[in-house]
Amino acid sequence: MKIIILGGGTAGTIMANKLRKALDREEWDITVIDKNKTHYYQPGFLFIPFGIYNKHDVIKPKGDFFPAGVKVLYENVDKIACDKNQVLLENGQVMAYDYLIIATGTQVFPEETPGMKEKLWHKSIFDFYTIELSFALQKFFKSWEGGKLVMAITELPYKCPVAPIEFVCLAEEYFAKKGMRDKVDITYVTPLPGAFTKPVATKMLSDLMHEKNINIVPDFYIERIDNERKVLVSYDEQEVPFDALTVVPVNMGNPMIERSGIGDDLNFVPTNKHTLQSEAFENVFVLGDAANLPTSKAGSVAHFASEILFENIMNHIEGRPMTARFDGHANCYIETGYGKGALIDFNYDTEPLPGTFPLPGIGPFGLLKNTKMNHYGKIIFRWMYWHILLRGKEMPIEADMNMAGKNSAYLEK
Amino acid sequence: MKEIEIAGVTVQVNEEGYMTDPSQWNADIAKEFAAQAGIELTDKHLEVLKFLREKHTEGKTLTIRAIGKSGIVDIKGFYALFPGGPLKVSSKIAGIPKPVSCV
Repeated sequence: MKIIILGGGTAGTIMANKLRKALDREEWDITVIDKNKTHYYQPGFLFIPFGIYNKHDVIKPKGDFFPAGVKVLYENVDKIACDKNQVLLENGQVMAYDYLIIATGTQVFPEETPGMKEKLWHKSIFDFYTIELSFALQKFFKSWEGGKLVMAITELPYKCPVAPIEFVCLAEEYFAKKGMRDKVDITYVTPLPGAFTKPVATKMLSDLMHEKNINIVPDFYIERIDNERKVLVSYDEQEVPFDALTVVPVNMGNPMIERSGIGDDLNFVPTNKHTLQSEAFENVFVLGDAANLPTSKAGSVAHFASEILFENIMNHIEGRPMTARFDGHANCYIETGYGKGALIDFNYDTEPLPGTFPLPGIGPFGLLKNTKMNHYGKIIFRWMYWHILLRGKEMPIEADMNMAGKNSAYLEK
Repeated sequence: MKEIEIAGVTVQVNEEGYMTDPSQWNADIAKEFAAQAGIELTDKHLEVLKFLREKHTEGKTLTIRAIGKSGIVDIKGFYALFPGGPLKVSSKIAGIPKPVSCV
């Protein structure tokens, strides 16, 4: 029997490790296909523009994290023929599978927004979703003399919903410490009605940004960027001027999903939000950002979902009903600058609430609180990511979200 | 949740005024909600409302982008029909719940 995992990022690597450990090597072939040999610690990209992390902090060879007994092909996929249970590679090779796990993630497409990838791209328009641009931004900030710094989100959903909030907080600290905060006007532009999606977290995060003198422009849906006048233009003709612009470009799934005809209008794969099975094919499962699940596109979600997916694939293989149910659990550290951080923990049904995590009443982390301990959590997490999480070992956090430690009184307010 | 009188009938709405039971909706209610938002409904408006209600019944997540690809109206046209927050305004008039962003 053959299992193919498409994508050797966070989600695919965790699954390869879990499945290899559980399935007999004589009986089960496991193959990972990915076009890139480098594994990026993507949460670290955010720190690069401010010189906090460097290259060696965020890259390692993918091959270091696949277990023995897993075949790895560094090839481009042309498309998946789900009706024939085949993956077609660009080199002409045809690979058959009994089970397919799609873990091809989400990518940024700046060309989707008119004016983004034109003459100001890499000069005064940047993003921090690729290592190249994160370094380009680091270089730019070092010699920038100040002006209007705008952080703008183009479209939902996007990878790591809290990243742009962290970006403006870190930028605020960076320019304050350079002694030029008075020369930098920071504005956060979002298509959402506020700083975040859900009311309790939005209030906390808006207050925090307010304290830091960061302007928020809500309900702004970008139509185009005017390179001549250096302004963002919304569909309803509002404008936001900028001198330096950092964007979250439109996020879409891998173009291979579109070629295979199995995606939605943003090339994410329709997936059962509880079982993680694809809506269309019984032997196809989707993990991580590639799925159209109504939760965050984030590594924590891929991690929690991997435990559920592992259980359900084993159930399916052994002929049992798929009883494990994913609850949409996400857990995000939010760097807020000056060595502090906030933490949010939520799922499909429960919005982020204040409290303590993971131990009720004890912590050590504070939910929706701005503390030094939360910042250490984020810093320690990088070590855990490389050494525990990717290798499919047990993390000290449950896959299902837990209400204990959360203060639900905030919901009625 | 509370009840309001609109276009001669009583319907249930949430605290933000969005109808909670789309089956209570009718064209007169739409007209009344639109008037409250300063909009006079045209055939184009009604086409968009029909599309929204269909997608809602199918359980699809509604986005401005998806409406731009509906073939009924492009995104700019959608903003022109329902100024302000077009998805929020049109959902209210269409008698469906306020669109949520799930991030």
